[in-house]
Amino acid sequence: MNDTCRDTIASLDDYLERALPAAHHAVVAGHLRRCPYCTDYLQTYRATIRLCQAVADPAERSDGRDRPDALDEPARHLVEAILRKRSRPS
Amino acid sequence: METFGEAKLLIALRAGEPAAVRGFVLAHRGRMHAVAKRLLGSEEEAREIVQEAFLRAFQALEQFRGCSKLGTWLHRIVINEALMTIRGRKSRVVEHPIDDLLPRFYDDGHRIAPLPAWSEPADVLLLRDEVRAVVQRSIDELPASLRIVLVLRDIEGLDVKETAAMLEVTEGVVKTRLHRARQALRAMLEKELTR
Repeated sequence: MNDTCRDTIASLDDYLERALPAAHHAVVAGHLRRCPYCTDYLQTYRATIRLCQAVADPAERSDGRDRPDALDEPARHLVEAILRKRSRPS
Repeated sequence: METFGEAKLLIALRAGEPAAVRGFVLAHRGRMHAVAKRLLGSEEEAREIVQEAFLRAFQALEQFRGCSKLGTWLHRIVINEALMTIRGRKSRVVEHPIDDLLPRFYDDGHRIAPLPAWSEPADVLLLRDEVRAVVQRSIDELPASLRIVLVLRDIEGLDVKETAAMLEVTEGVVKTRLHRARQALRAMLEKELTR
C-alpha cells in the first residue's frame, strides 16, 4: 500500500467496512486527511452506496403488512395455481 | 429462528389454507417482483420468475427448516431463479467497457482532474423522487456483471459470501466487481448531481 490516491481509492470498500489491517487503515486515513480530492471522492462514494440502498421503495422493504388487501389479477392467478398444486400432492 | 407467528403461518401454508396462501402472496409478491425486475431488467420476465419462485417455494415448503424467515427464504429463491434465467439467456449482451467512468491517475498514483462536489449531501438527495429515478436508471445502464453484484449487495443486502455462492464466483471477484460498479455508478451520478 502506497500513500497515493490510486491505492487509497482501491482500498475504500475495506476502509469503509473497517476490514483493513491496522497499518493499512492508518495509511488510508492519513491520506484522506491530507488529500481533498480523495476526501471528496470518499464522500461521494459513500453517498453513492446510500443512494443505491435507497432505490428500493420503502414499502418494498417492509414485511408487507402495509400492503393493500386486494390481490390484483396476476396475484389471484398465482394464488389459484399454488392452491391447485397444494391440493394435488405429487 | 422461527417466530411464533411464522411457525403458525408455516403450518397454515403447508396445510394449503387459502387465507394463509393469499396473505403470503399479498405480503411478498410486490417486493419479489421488484427484486426480479431489478436483476432481469424486464417486467415480463420478472412476472414469470416470481410466479415460478412462489410455486417452487410452496413445493419445497416441507424442506423449509426455519433457519431464516419465510420472506427471506422466498427472496433467495427469487434471486436464484432470476440468476438462472440470466445464465440461460441465449444471446449474451456485449458489455460496454466502463474504464472512462473510473478515476484516472498520474503515473505517480495521484488523481487527475477530479470534478466538483455534488450539489447536495446524499441524505438530502434521497428525499427527491427524481434523484431516485436517476439512480435507478444509472444502475440499469451498468454492465450486467457489475449491475447484478451491485443489486445483490447494496440493494438486496446479501453479504459477500452469499453473493459469491449465488453467482458461483469467488469472494474476490464479488469485491472487485462491487468496487468497479460503485465507482462507475458514482461517476454516472456525478454527471447528474454536480453543481
